Order: sequence, then C-alpha cells, then structure tokens
Amino acid sequence: MERLLILEDGSVYRGTAFGSDNFQIGELVFNTSMTGYQEILTDNSYCGQIVMMTYPLIGNYGINRDDNESMIPCVFGFVVKDYCEYPSNFRCSETLDDFLKRENIPGIYDIDTREITMKIRNVGTMKAVMANVDADVDVVVAGLKAADFLHDQVARVSTNKVFPIPNRGKKVVLMDFGAKLGIVRELSKRGCDLVIVPYDTPASTILSYRPDGVMLSNGPGDPTDVKVAIETIKELIPQTVVFGICLGHQLISLACGAKTYKLKFGHRGANHPVVNLSTGKVEITSQNHGFAVDIDSLKDTRLEMTHQALNDKSCEGVRHKDYPCFAVQYHPEASAGPEDSRYLFDQFIELMEENKNA
Amino acid sequence: MPKRTDIKKILVIGSGPIIIGQAAEFDYAGSQACQSLREEGYEVILINSNPATIMTDTAIADRVYIEPLTVDFAKRVIYKERPDAILGSLGGQTGLNLVVELHEDGILDEFGVEILGTDLHAINRAEDRELFRSLMQEINEPVPESMIVHTVEEAVEFAKREGYPLVVRPAYTLGGTGGGFADDEAELREICDSGLKASPVHQCLIEQSIAGYKEIEYEVMRDAKDNAIVVCNMENIDPVGVHTGDSTVVAPVQTLTDRENQMLRNASLKIIRALKICGGCNVQLALNPDSFKYYVIEVNPRVSRSSALASKATGYPIAKISAKLAVGLGLDEIINPITKTSYACFEPALDYIVTKFARFPFDKFPNADRHLGTQMKATGEIMSIGRNFEESFLKAVRSLEMKVDHIYKKELAGFTKEELLEKIKKCDDERIFAVTQWLRDGYDMETIHNVTKMDDFFLCHLSRIISLEKLMMENPKDVEVLRKLKKYGFADSYIARNWDMKEFDLYNLRKENGIMPVYKMVDTCAGEFKSATPYFYSSYEHKNESEVTDRKKIVVLGSGPIRIGQGVEFDYATVHCVQTLREEGYEAIVINNNPETVSTDFSISDKLYFEPLTTEDVMHVIDLEKPLGVIVQFGGQTAINLADSLVEHGVKILGTSLHSIDLAEDRHEFEAMLHKLNIPQPQGETAVTVEESLVIANKIGYPVLVRPSYVLGGRAMEIVHNDDELRVYMATAVKEISHDAPILVDKYIVGKELEIDAIADGKNVYIPGVMEHIERAGIHSGDSISVYPTQIINEKVKETIIDYGTRIGKGFEFVGLYNIQFIVDKENNVYVLEVNPRSSRTVPFLSKITGVAMSQIATKCVLGESIEDQGLTPGYHPEDKERVFVKAPVFSFAKLRSVDTVLGPEMKSTGEALGSDVNLEKALYKALVASGINIPLHGSVLLTIDDDNKQDALEIAKRFYNIGYGIYATKGTAKFLEDNGLFVHVAAKVNEDNGNETVLDIIRHGHVNFVINTMSNKDNSTSMDGFLIRRVSAENNISCMTSLDTAHALIKVLESLSFSMISMNEMGK
Repeated sequence: MERLLILEDGSVYRGTAFGSDNFQIGELVFNTSMTGYQEILTDNSYCGQIVMMTYPLIGNYGINRDDNESMIPCVFGFVVKDYCEYPSNFRCSETLDDFLKRENIPGIYDIDTREITMKIRNVGTMKAVMANVDADVDVVVAGLKAADFLHDQVARVSTNKVFPIPNRGKKVVLMDFGAKLGIVRELSKRGCDLVIVPYDTPASTILSYRPDGVMLSNGPGDPTDVKVAIETIKELIPQTVVFGICLGHQLISLACGAKTYKLKFGHRGANHPVVNLSTGKVEITSQNHGFAVDIDSLKDTRLEMTHQALNDKSCEGVRHKDYPCFAVQYHPEASAGPEDSRYLFDQFIELMEENKNA
Repeated sequence: MPKRTDIKKILVIGSGPIIIGQAAEFDYAGSQACQSLREEGYEVILINSNPATIMTDTAIADRVYIEPLTVDFAKRVIYKERPDAILGSLGGQTGLNLVVELHEDGILDEFGVEILGTDLHAINRAEDRELFRSLMQEINEPVPESMIVHTVEEAVEFAKREGYPLVVRPAYTLGGTGGGFADDEAELREICDSGLKASPVHQCLIEQSIAGYKEIEYEVMRDAKDNAIVVCNMENIDPVGVHTGDSTVVAPVQTLTDRENQMLRNASLKIIRALKICGGCNVQLALNPDSFKYYVIEVNPRVSRSSALASKATGYPIAKISAKLAVGLGLDEIINPITKTSYACFEPALDYIVTKFARFPFDKFPNADRHLGTQMKATGEIMSIGRNFEESFLKAVRSLEMKVDHIYKKELAGFTKEELLEKIKKCDDERIFAVTQWLRDGYDMETIHNVTKMDDFFLCHLSRIISLEKLMMENPKDVEVLRKLKKYGFADSYIARNWDMKEFDLYNLRKENGIMPVYKMVDTCAGEFKSATPYFYSSYEHKNESEVTDRKKIVVLGSGPIRIGQGVEFDYATVHCVQTLREEGYEAIVINNNPETVSTDFSISDKLYFEPLTTEDVMHVIDLEKPLGVIVQFGGQTAINLADSLVEHGVKILGTSLHSIDLAEDRHEFEAMLHKLNIPQPQGETAVTVEESLVIANKIGYPVLVRPSYVLGGRAMEIVHNDDELRVYMATAVKEISHDAPILVDKYIVGKELEIDAIADGKNVYIPGVMEHIERAGIHSGDSISVYPTQIINEKVKETIIDYGTRIGKGFEFVGLYNIQFIVDKENNVYVLEVNPRSSRTVPFLSKITGVAMSQIATKCVLGESIEDQGLTPGYHPEDKERVFVKAPVFSFAKLRSVDTVLGPEMKSTGEALGSDVNLEKALYKALVASGINIPLHGSVLLTIDDDNKQDALEIAKRFYNIGYGIYATKGTAKFLEDNGLFVHVAAKVNEDNGNETVLDIIRHGHVNFVINTMSNKDNSTSMDGFLIRRVSAENNISCMTSLDTAHALIKVLESLSFSMISMNEMGK
C-alpha cells in the first residue's frame, strides 16, 4: 500500500506503508546510526518526533524483547529506505512491522531518505506528517504550517508515580524526564539503589529519600518547557551530588543561569566525536539532542565547560565550580551507540563516595 | 599532539611485486602514505621493487629506489640515505617483515632509525601465535583454544576441557588431508586417529571449531594520544572458514543488533589499544550466530586489503590518515579530507550498502583446486554500492567480468538437486551462484542455511532476487516491472535477454520512460555535513547529487578487477591519463569498480563514479555528464571491449578509433592490414572444424600455435606438435572456452621475442624502447623476463622492429598508445605476432626506465597535441647504455593448488619486479632476488630434462658444476650427464621404491636450491611426474624453471657472483 510523507515546505514523498496508520504531526529528524533502530524507536527523547534512519536497510534483525529503551515507545513515525521483511537474528522475536503496528506507530519506506536528510541539513528540522495517498496535500501542508511543536512531551513520557528499583549500593534518585532504560541499567550495574520519581517531584521530596546523588535523565523537547524541574534542580545542586544526561544537562545549565538554543537539525547518531577538555582525549559518543547549551552564556555562571563537540564546537558537558554537579549532553549509557563514555557513571559513583566522606 | 619535528627523513617500505594476498591495495596505501608524509613536510625515501605502481613514480617520493625488498638492499639504501625513521606498516606483510629483519640485523639501532607506525613489539604480539594468544588472555579477549597432540587420548582430554565441536588438523599434510570436524568423542577418536596416521610427524592440532560463525571485521585506527575509532565494520556473507579475501563481503554489518556490534567494537578498540598501534589495524572476529559468544580470529597490525576496501567503502582514507598518525598527529587534529568541514576523529556513517566480490583466476587455471578455505586464492576484487542489498549485490556480480551479468550461471541451471547440493557443500568460488540456483529451483532455504551457515538475511535477499526474476518472466516488456527490476539492480543485458530484446532497445525504452538512475555521493557522514567530494554511485532514487559542470569533460574508463593478464599496470596508465587531462584543463571523470587501486582514490580525478564497467552503467554517466568523449585505451581489455557498444550509443571514442581497434583485433582485417603494409607475420589460418585445423596445420607444418579467436591474454593458447595433440586440443580446450568461435592455427616460430610500446599521434610515431625477452617465443610475454635495452639482437633487427612499429602506428592510424609483440627467428627475420591498440602491461616499466612519460604523452596525443608539438622528435627514444633494466615475473603458485607451474603461451604470473644495474648480470640478479628467488653462491640444482633438451641442458649443468654446484638428476638425465663427465646424485623417480630419496623428497628436504624441469613434447607418460615435481617445488618455495632460457639467465648470474673451477688441462680444449 502506498503512503505519503508530507513536509512543512510542501514537499511530498510517495512510499510504501508499514506500521500503523496513527498519523500525527511531528518534527522530522534523522538519525545516522547504522545499528540500533530498536533502541532509537523506543527512546522517549523522540517523543513528538518522526524519526528517519539515514542507513537504508532497516529491520534486518527484527525486534527482540531485550533492547527496548522504554516500555512505551512514543515516536510519532518511522521513515526508512528499505524495510527488511524477513529479519534474522537469534534474539529476534518479531518483525519491525509487527512491532510498529502493535505500538501504533506509523511507518513509511521506499523513499529517498538521503534527499530528505540533505533537505533537513540545509533548512533545518521541519514538521511533517504521513498521510494516505488520497489525502489533500494542500490541506495537510496548511495544517503542518499551522501546527506548533509540542511543549508537554516530558509530562507525556515521565513516570507518574514514584517507584524503587532496590539494590545495596549508593542511593540514587533518578528524575525521569523520559529516561532511557540504559541509564537505569548502568546505575543498577553499579549497585545503585534507585528511586525513580516523576519529573515534577519537588526537591524536598527527593531529598527526603536521603539520596547519595540525583541523576537527571534524558528526555524529549525544549528544556525551557520543563520550568518546574529547573526550579527543583536549583535547590538540589547545593545539597547533593547531581549528574545530568542530555535534557538533564540542559536543565542543570538553565538552573545555573546559562541559556539553551535550538540547533538547526540537531545531533542524532552514534558517531559524534566529543573532546574531553580535561584530558584532551576524544570520545565517540551516542547523541540525540535538538537543543544545546549556549557556551557564551556559561561565562556568567558557576559552570565550566568540560566537554565539547569536535565538529561544530557546541557544548557537550559542564561541571559546577562549587558543587558536586556535572552533566553531559550526550549519552554515556550508549544504547544505541558506542560505549566509550561509560566511565562517567563511575565518576558519578566516585563523586557520591567522595561527597559522603566530605 | 603536533607532528614530530625531531624526524625529518622517513624511509617508506613498499610491498613489492603483486602476489595473491598482497595486491594493488598497497599501491593505493603506499602512494597515499608517501604523499601524506610529504604534505606534512617530511622528506620521503621509498624502496619498492614493483615498477608497475604509481607508488614508484618519481613524483611520489623525494627519492624512489626500485630495488629488491631484502635486508641487503634496504641496508644499502639506509647507508646512502641515513633516514631518521622507517615506516613499514603501509607495505603489507612484506613491509612489516622487512622492518623486523632490519631490526634484527641491528642496522636500525646502529644508525638510529626509529620505527614508526606499528612498533616491533606490536608486530610480534600480533603475528606470533603464542604471543598473540597471551596478549588476548591478558586483556580478556577470547581466542579459540587449541593444543598440539600426539595421541588420541590427549585430544580427548582437551575436548573434555574445552567442549565440542573441534577441528582436527594433522601437521604437515598436503592441503590438510586427514583432518576434519568432530562433534563428539567418537568422531574425535576416529578423526584424530586417522589424522595422526596421516601426519608424517604423528602430530595434530586440535582447535575449538568456529566454522559457521559469522565472520565480522572491524577497521580501527588509533593515534598516539590513545584516541581510537572504528572506520568501518564489515560482514562476510561466507561464514568463518572461507578467507575474507575470497568471501563476498558487505559493509556495514547487516545482521548484528547494536549490542552485538558494540560488543565487537569494544573488543576491536581494546585490541588496537593493547597493541599500541599508531595507525590502522584490522581485527577479524567470529561471532556465534546463536549467542553473544565471539572469538578474535586474527589481527593485522597494519593497513591491509581490508583497509583499502574500507577506505573506498566509507570514503575515509585510512592509509593517508595512518601515515599522519605515524608521525605523531592526533586524529582530532586532522581534517576529514572528504567533508573538509569535520575531523578525522569520527566514525563514518554509511547510507548505502557496499558489496565486495573476489575475482578468481580460475578462468586462467581451469585445473586449479577451486575449493575456498583459509588460503586466499583471489587475485583481485570489485566493489559496488547500492541503496538496497539487491542493487549492490547485482551490480557487484556484473562488475566481475566473468561473463555473467546476473547471479545466474547457465551451467548450474542444468544441475540436479543432488548436484547442486554437492556443489554447495564443496564450497568453491561458484557457491553463491549455486545457492541462488538452488533457491531458483524452488528448494528450501533451511538446507542451504544448514550446509553453508550463511545467514538467513542474505538467503532471504537472494530469494527476493528470485521472485523478481519470476516477476520479470511473467511480465515481459512491462514498464512498471522494469522500473522495479532496475531499482533492485537487474542488468539491462539480463532483462533484455529474457525479454527477447536488444540491450540497446531496452536502454532506450528505459530512457523514454524516465527509468534512469541518479547519483548519490559517498560522503562519510550519511548526508549530515556538506561534502565537497566528487565520489558517486548510481541508484534508482529520486534526487541526483552529481552536479554537471559546464567544463570540457572527458570520461576515462578504468580496468576493473585485477586479474592475471590485467594487473595494476593498467591502473597506472589510467591514473596518469587522468592527471594529464586535469593538467590540460579538462574535467577528468573516472568510472571504475576496483576498490584496491589508486584510480578509485577520489582525490585523483575531478569526479569518480564507482560503477560496473558495462555498457549501461557507463552510458548512464555519459548521458548525465555529456563529455566530449571517452578514453578507452588505458583501461586494458575491459575498456577496449566496451568501445563497440558505446559507439553504437553515439559516444565518441577519443584517441585510436573503433575502426583502428577493430583492425588490430579482428584477425582477418589484421592480416589484410599487415599484408598491405608489407609486414610479415607467422603463417596461419582460421579453422572452425577439427578437420580444417588438421589441414591447415599440415600445410604450414608443426609445431603450430593454436588458440580460440576473440579470447584474450593467451587463454587456452597451446603449442601442438602433431595431429593427435591437435585433435585433443580441439576436443577439450576449445569446448571449455568458446563454443563455436573459430580457432586460430599459426606457425609456431622458435625464436627471440621482443616487444615495443609506442605512441602515435595519427601522423608520427614515438617509440620509447624495445624490450627483449629472455625466454624464447612460446612463453607468454607477461611471464618472460624482459630486458632493456636489448642485449642480444643486432642493430639491423632493432631497426626493422622500429620500422615495423612505426609503419604499424601510421598504417593503423593509431592515436595514443599501442603495443606490438615481435618474434625474430634464427635467420633474423622479424615477424609481428600481435598488435594491441591500447596501453599495455609494460607501459609503467618502460616509462620508468626510459624516463618517457608515456601515458602523459599519449593522452596529449589523444587530445590532439602532436608528438612534435610536445617537443619530441618522432622515432626511437635514445637508449641509456649505462644501465640495464630487467623485469622479472612473479608467480603465486604456492597459493594455487593443483595449478601446473610450467610456463607456456597462457599467462600465469600475478606481478613483476624490476632490477637495474650497470650490467645484465647484476640487473638480472636484482630482478630475480626481487621476484623472490633466493640465489645462494653454493648449493645444488636438480635437473629433470626431456630428451629433446638434454643437449642444451648439458651446457647449463656443466656451468653449474664448474661453479661448484651439486647436481641432482633423475635417472635418464643423470646417466646422460654422467656420460658427459659430471658427478651426479641420482634421484629416484616419483614412484620408485628402492629406498633412495625420491626426487620429491629431495625437493621437500631442501637438498636443492633450484629445479630445472623441462617437459617432453611427445611423451605424456612423464607428465604426471613433471607436474608433481613442479608442484612440490612451488609448495616448498624452491624455484623451478621450466624454460632452459630462464635457467641460462640464472647460471649467468651465478657465474658472475662466483668463481669457476676449471683445471688447466680443460682449458686447452
């Protein structure tokens, strides 16, 4: 069955339908990872976005029960070049198509994804929507132009109640802005006794669990939309160890008085070089962000930049000069992507240890 | 880290002659590396014995030494040049080995020469089996467990510890006879028992079996700061068991989840860090398809064939960057040369799928053992790029130039189910064709998966091709079906054949219906960054990215995969042509499909289209670019063969016209033309039936040279001596090669063979040199030792050759390069054997030794600039009499089992080496040494000579004897030599069981340094013995000469190195 992908600028791409037909307007973004589509599809940071894979052969190894990054995926659509109907992998339990249908995610394949990628690269991310072939394109485009980006994605994907993942190590409160399970996995692996709390949990509640540290997770959308958390973080920083990833990094920066801005087309992929400014060494990182911390705005804050993107020189990590608080823009938990930066979780544990002694 | 300033002069080691397993990729890597180092301001000294390469052009390094890659000669270069550092990791195994040997010699320490790139410790740890194993244990990376056992019980103990399946490999048996896989104790006992019996030393290696595991490769890079990245990962369609060089490989990996991918990535990075390599490294891993269990198979601590492939597959120039890392630069300091906007410290993202197919020499060696295993057998490879698997895969198939345009072989279509399964189980070079045929015949995928362990992903995609075939059959000439077929990579020629159309008409049908491909860019970043690199591939997609300029453009066709008869020499000429076009202000566009070569380095041309060299794929580019014309004369026979159909499409061939090409290639027109020019050629005629051939042969008299017409590179060419042999030839060889093509029967003239390469501008001719062959006619020119300037022929003969060469150039109206082979008989009559209207194998050799930039001059001629306008005087280029240059062939016989090493009219060599010095003997010595022949001052020689040659051999034997060499000979030869006063060790015949060492034992035990073996032309009874003698020599690395001319050259060299022992009494004689 044919299906259309319609972009805000009026361009229409005709492809083949797969997945569900739950069409929603979303921000069309591309990801350059060559493996890991399952992790990407289930990464809640993509809430409100239609994800397009630049690697053309997708679905090759199907979907397995283990590699999800959330329980309920919430991407608004999936765009690929060549969908593989007959997956092959020892862990494969269903096809990508079956998965998308089950999770009510619409998909389209057999379109020139490279052409669209280059369009996004040149003009920036755009709103887009899938449609049936008989749709009135003009109406759809008008709808796209009129639509606003979402502002409530974090509320949509965050847990709505507190729950523990018990262990015997450091007590860590994980503020869930749409946390990838990879973060939970890394903390659990290091023995952390986790309490997972909704994004709008007040600092007093968080501190009432007497944590060794607080982990601020990744999450979707514009960090300035999550005002309530910014206030919470302001309170937390002087009182406990804080480690932020991705959206967590942006929220820490905002809480400390820095500014964020929207990138033209974001960083999404598994090949992004980041320089660790203290060692001068480069890590290849997994990234997924559409916003970044303004480096210039850091000079009026007590934050210092610790990591920087090698290519576009954007801010990839900060540290508080006074308090045990640090954050990175990229994903040390990887999944999907390179695992070069997992040491950051060890640093978090060490910092909690030091702070306890101090 | 900034680059090193404490070193200024770097000695770079090349990889030497092309052999199987070490081919053109090192020309690409080496040239890139040298240029890269010079960019950084270092003085680069190069030593490499291979004249056929771009790397040994004087423009590549500050000083180029074309000398043998041995400690002896490398030391001389070090004495003379006093380099600060030495870089061997870009010269393949040869380069690494030479660095190790130089270190062991002590000269590096003595002269304070630092080893760059991969240090000695790393080389040892990667290459030495035990050190590698212990390193892997240290860093906790799994390697298959193994143990050497002498009893079955030891093996069973090992199995109890490590589990099954196991592989049993008996020590020192030919081709692993007696070994096998054991799945349980009973099998292990049985196989091990027979293995121990088969092994002459009663010893077996028991190893955990990883056959059937997925074979995955990672190309990794590391800098001195310990930054490490993965450039590319690759998945072999053929699982572990087939050498990756022979496997069909895709990039990136297709069937791995991110978890598996990251697990193997981590392992690869850990390994390069543990080895502390500054540069590139290849890590091969085996992954259990049913778990996360994996093993490290092998690590190559240097750039390799795989890294060349990865460079072309991703656009990331590994060798160029490796060289910069070797001098201390960091990955984060080097700009990504493709995007020019990002850094080299990142991991390329692909948005296409790459397929690599190996090119095998079995068309040349129909008798070779075609089984694929751990020994690589391919001579070259091709790569293709597509946006889906089928497109990429089918483009690869038609790039192979194996007379297939689809994953279909007519022969296999007739196979029964059992035959197909047998074929698939055998695992030879046609396995993937057999697998597809199996699926085409409707048999189940499961059986194939069980037998081959190929991943279902690949089998499913092959099935998708089969269902498209059905769609094609059911819907002839349906435009929408055609659109679909093209999207999945089906070739015009294949569709046209099945739709009973002319390919030409199908092309036009597509054009009318807008079914044309667009071009996508290879940019290392999947479109994320703007990229300025003009490196493209076609796909039936929407948006075209190849912007056509309004400059004057010329398309140059490359020569495709490296194969015997069409090697790196053609790439050399192509590259020079392209460079000249650019210098002359033209936009030079290259179409080629060989990932190993310099011509497919995107920085060589203005635009590179990585495409199959077929009419449709070339026409697509031409239709888009609308060039002034196409140059076909530098791309070997591959490009020449396309001239016809391109002209049919209205394309202009620049340089020598299609008409002139036909004059040279069509037998009758050629004869008529030579007749018209009054130039003699050996008498001969064309026969279609056996009877005709007999009549002709008897008319012109035996021996005759027979070959099918329209078959190239001496394929199936034979010298026959009587009616019986001719009948056999007609019945066998001909049938195999060309079903109904006529056979050429020519008089075989015994004489001296000579060769020229020349340049014509349509009016005048310039001849850079005449080359003389050491071996008499009958041995393919590519396998002969070639000498410049001529040493034996007289001036008059040379004048005749130059005269004929000039008249042919003018008469045939050539514009550009051409090559002529001559033969001179005992009466000094000169005959023309063959005229090639194109660049030849000897162009790089001759260009380098004469200093005449032949390809450049020829390209300018093609562009319309006459020889005189270029400041040259037409005629013969003056010879340099001060120096003698010798080109020696290099063979890869040890790698090709069952191939007879006897030299004949069919070419067998894979590469060449150059030796030059002040006289013939010294030059010959260097050439032979460079070609891998060890020439000790004292030693022994084994002679097995047929009756016809005994008299000639006697002279050679005496000369060996006089310099103190021991003489071994088989009975007949021995008696003859003893009768003539030599002391001879008699060797028992192959099957003679009298307790004496047989001739084969003598070779195996290394009692002799050389073997001289000539074949009887009349008696076939000894042919099997002769074959065994030659094979055993090849496998034991003992030089075996099958031509007395070669032996003669060798003894000359030995005499010049040695002192002769002749009594005063003898002198008077």
